Amino acid sequence: MLHNKSFVKKTRAGKVMKQVREHYLRDDIYCGAPFCTVCDTSGARLNASPSTTILVVDTNVVLNQIDLLENQAFDNIVVLSIVLEEVKNKNMAVYNRIRALCSNSTKKFYVFSNEYHRDTYVKEMSGETKNDRNDRAIRVATQWYQNHLGGAVKVLLITNDRENKRKASEEGIFAETVESYVKSLDQPDLLDLLVRPASEDVNMEEVEDLRPSKRKVIYSEHKPMSEITSGLHRGIYHQGKLRVNRYNPFEAYVGRESIGDEIVIYGRSNMNRAFDGDVVAVELLPQDQWQEVSSLSIAGEEDENEDEDVHLAPNSADVAPRTIPQQGSSGQVNAVPNRPSGRIVGIIKRNWHSYCGSLEPMPMPAGSGGIAHALFVSKDRRIPKLRIQTRQLENLLDKRIIVAVDSWDRQSRYPSGHYVRTIGEIGDRDTESEVVLIENDINTRPFSSQVLACLPPLPWLVSSEDLSNPIRQDLRHLLVFSVDPPGCKDIDDALHCHALPNGNFEVGVHIADVTNFVHPGTPLDDEASQRGTSVYLVERRIDMLPKPLTEDICSLRSDVERLAFSVIWEMTPEADIISTRYTKSVIKSSAALSYVEAQARMDDSRLRDPITTDLRNMNSLAKKMRLRRIERGALTLASAEVKFQIDTETHDPLDIGMYQIREANQMVEEFMLAANVSVAEQILKSFSLCSLLRRHPTPTREMLEPLLQTAAAVGLHLDVSSSKALADSLDHAVGDDPYFNKLIRILATRCMSQAVYFCSGDLSPPEYHHYGLAAPLYTHFTSPIRRYADVIVHRLLAASLGISKLPSVFQDRLQLSSIADNLNYRHRNGQYAGRASVELHTLIYFRKRPTDTEARIVKIRSNGFFVFVPKYGIEGPIYLTKSGKGNGEWYVDEQQQKIKRMDGSLSYSVLQTVQIHMEVVEPQPNRPKLQLTLI
Amino acid sequence: MEYVSPEGLRLDGRRPMEMRQIRAEIGAVSKADGSAIFEMGNTKVIAAVYGPREVQNRSQISNHALVRCEYSMANFSTGDRMRKSKGDRRSTEISLVIRQTMEAAILTHLLPRSQIDIYVQVLQADGGTRSACINAATLALADAGIPMRDLVTSCSAGYLNSTSLLDLNYVEDSAGGPDVTLGILPKLDKVTLLQMDSKLPIDILETVMQLAIEGCKAIANYIREILLENTKQLEYRRGV
Repeated sequence: MLHNKSFVKKTRAGKVMKQVREHYLRDDIYCGAPFCTVCDTSGARLNASPSTTILVVDTNVVLNQIDLLENQAFDNIVVLSIVLEEVKNKNMAVYNRIRALCSNSTKKFYVFSNEYHRDTYVKEMSGETKNDRNDRAIRVATQWYQNHLGGAVKVLLITNDRENKRKASEEGIFAETVESYVKSLDQPDLLDLLVRPASEDVNMEEVEDLRPSKRKVIYSEHKPMSEITSGLHRGIYHQGKLRVNRYNPFEAYVGRESIGDEIVIYGRSNMNRAFDGDVVAVELLPQDQWQEVSSLSIAGEEDENEDEDVHLAPNSADVAPRTIPQQGSSGQVNAVPNRPSGRIVGIIKRNWHSYCGSLEPMPMPAGSGGIAHALFVSKDRRIPKLRIQTRQLENLLDKRIIVAVDSWDRQSRYPSGHYVRTIGEIGDRDTESEVVLIENDINTRPFSSQVLACLPPLPWLVSSEDLSNPIRQDLRHLLVFSVDPPGCKDIDDALHCHALPNGNFEVGVHIADVTNFVHPGTPLDDEASQRGTSVYLVERRIDMLPKPLTEDICSLRSDVERLAFSVIWEMTPEADIISTRYTKSVIKSSAALSYVEAQARMDDSRLRDPITTDLRNMNSLAKKMRLRRIERGALTLASAEVKFQIDTETHDPLDIGMYQIREANQMVEEFMLAANVSVAEQILKSFSLCSLLRRHPTPTREMLEPLLQTAAAVGLHLDVSSSKALADSLDHAVGDDPYFNKLIRILATRCMSQAVYFCSGDLSPPEYHHYGLAAPLYTHFTSPIRRYADVIVHRLLAASLGISKLPSVFQDRLQLSSIADNLNYRHRNGQYAGRASVELHTLIYFRKRPTDTEARIVKIRSNGFFVFVPKYGIEGPIYLTKSGKGNGEWYVDEQQQKIKRMDGSLSYSVLQTVQIHMEVVEPQPNRPKLQLTLI
Repeated sequence: MEYVSPEGLRLDGRRPMEMRQIRAEIGAVSKADGSAIFEMGNTKVIAAVYGPREVQNRSQISNHALVRCEYSMANFSTGDRMRKSKGDRRSTEISLVIRQTMEAAILTHLLPRSQIDIYVQVLQADGGTRSACINAATLALADAGIPMRDLVTSCSAGYLNSTSLLDLNYVEDSAGGPDVTLGILPKLDKVTLLQMDSKLPIDILETVMQLAIEGCKAIANYIREILLENTKQLEYRRGV
């Protein structure tokens, strides 16, 4: 083993410092070819036959052509460690993908640590740039492979760098560009995956001045990084993540830390080629250019202007369409807009990935060698259209496809991208469901064999070891039962309640003991932690844990013995908690009831059996607990959840209706809330810095503005000073019709943001507050089968009771925070996916059933209004004027939230009931959408 | 950050169970009674031992030898040249640690009414200075001919990216992970020093400690070799 020192100069905090690092060069790094006679072949991964070409790829090939590398046709590739390092520095997402490829056992990718190999390490020469040195290292390594494996094996360097290729050929290395290599493979489909080099290089500004530009420059230039940095420093520019409005792609927001407010960016040219999620630098526009936009969408912006779609009624501020709070409503129509707007001057970090969508319908081009340029429309409306090149246009036109973005230069209106793969036919329910899942980054792959290997052998039964375990209490004698939605297979909670001799009640909540089977650090645990949550679509469920655990081993089914984690309270008949006890247990559920059954039992006064008595006792306790919670200021919010009846054969929706909430639902919910609160207190007491809790931030006044405005328009005063005040004023909001209160509650709900998971060490105790439940502490404990957060909480609880050790993850706060972030992300995506699935099924349902129904106006805009259809839980626009035309005919009264015809013959005001017609139309072939019209 | 690549290589090209290159030299300070230089990779320390000699402060006389130790870092030992004050908390602590470790090995009862001074200075720091100082001090004490129970050798081990790592360098050390410094009497199989930064589950501590013990033993073998060679040279010079 040789030993060598490399000298690196590094600046840190402006100081130039010389840093010395040791760099050991080794002779025990092997080539990875199984047929090699010199090397140790135990870790070899390359193709066993010497006749296949070994490919060496350079950094830019990995960075740009990762889609191609993921294709089956690419195999037997040597990835050099220098390439990995460069990729890691440039793009973490690509790095993770190439790493995944290297560890994928079906692909023959071998990582060769050239930087640590005695013969392939190269020292930087004087005057040589870092890039040149790395290119040389790649060539040296390629050469080494060639010499090492002898002439029998062909080693091919794939590089798109002309200079590198020339030098390689000079040194006697076979080198080819990606394009010529793909062509030599003779698979035309692969060419679609190829990323074409951008027509102009990054430094095209210089070229620009020299030649008269033939093409129109559409976007202004991005400022160079140095200027951006100094601009940010001086406070001229603001940095932030761009968030494009989900419902209006021409409107985006940048939260800026420097002012604490957000900047609005209107229109594509101000957005200057930025995508949703990019980290950008923004310059504020002069105040007289700040604009006020209140029409349904901005008119006159190119030909892309699309109408708003009908969508599901939002249930929180996070999914609701962003509305601009209309200020200055004190009678002045032309109040100075005080919402800062800006334009993007540079992009600091791109958030490009691949998108789902379809091609814009177009005629087949004649000739041109089969290559067609097509426009791709993403399903996600926040993404602009993409220009792609394809040789298989006729195949792709009626398909949902995935496309990745490559570049966007100033001269082109649309960014360019390349085709990645086809999902299926447009409009097909399975395809569309898959699109929903891909769009929301939900992993639907079957569980890997490593994960399945972690499962206990089936059929699983409670063993005598479990019963004799001192930490586990035998509660099989208790009358335990579960209440869940009908058809529920993953039953993770059960209850019991029995009267004690002293008049009090013993109430127990028993939660499936998932952590008994999912141990930290196992592949099963890692997978569950990645998935974060089970996702419920209308017609299918994507599990977080493998099916045997979800539906059998953990599920607290009736008449079988199951392991549980129990929270047991002693409660007075007034529902005051006297004592709380937590224990692992063995239970035997005696009944798995549905909400309907439970409700029916409670309502049927003739029934006197023990379960029914327990149910009634619990219900009366729950009612008291609920009342107390509401007195404390918990909000009773409402959402317009709908339920489908699905045809068992065709999986098409048969009927659709509002989800009915019964007392039994509320009863179970109440005990689950109580268990969560108790557990939160317990874990925080033991682990004040590393507990996983859930908080619901207090909505700001600005967020509640739309609600207040609507309420004011109908003459209702809402007090939003605290959750208690809001809850009270919501209670008093009774109109002349029975649905009024519910409607106000629905509107209130959508102003709130969603609750989030967090690590208790990251925030101070007052911030732990859960606004909606009016609880100072809250966590998730009751659904470990379908939420990973609960698994973590189970571990924390077990550790706080001394039952097991705290896994080492909890000592790393950063890691815990990142787990919490991932859970929030997965949770939100899961919900988006669920909603998108409902929207999809709504569309399928109405395809054959044009319907007339009643709707409520919820929002007034300058050329129409939004209506909410209570029966189907959907919301959508109704246009009074054709978009694009003059709005002269109608007049909007902001303060009264009314829209009137100029001659005063007709007027609509907010919350008014209207009759509408719902119908599925196809403005373009294969693009069905739901249209609402007034009758 | 990735401290161990999936290929099983650390940032400097070592494998997890490998130590840095070590080198030792006896007799670096001719004026001292015993002295040594010890290098672990880029960490380089010098140790000088004076004694056994008369106790300077008469009030401290006892029937055991008095061991004193002073640890310091040269101003040029790290990249930024900063004037290091002598009595800062860190060096006071390390001085104490080294003194206690060495005291456990020296047969102090054989040297009553005398004092032994150990001076260690870090010439170049790259992680693991504590261990290097102890190793250098052992060599210097042996060079000075001070009676000892056994050699004391020291080595550190850490736990990063769910892997136990032997002999952390500066980059790995500043990762903030657990860092176990262990000093043992290799022949007697006794631990004289055990320190740890950060937290580590108890079962993992055992494996990390085991690794550190292996490291200490390897160093002990090397030190013995150096001593043997040194003795041979002395023998040769005396013409025996």
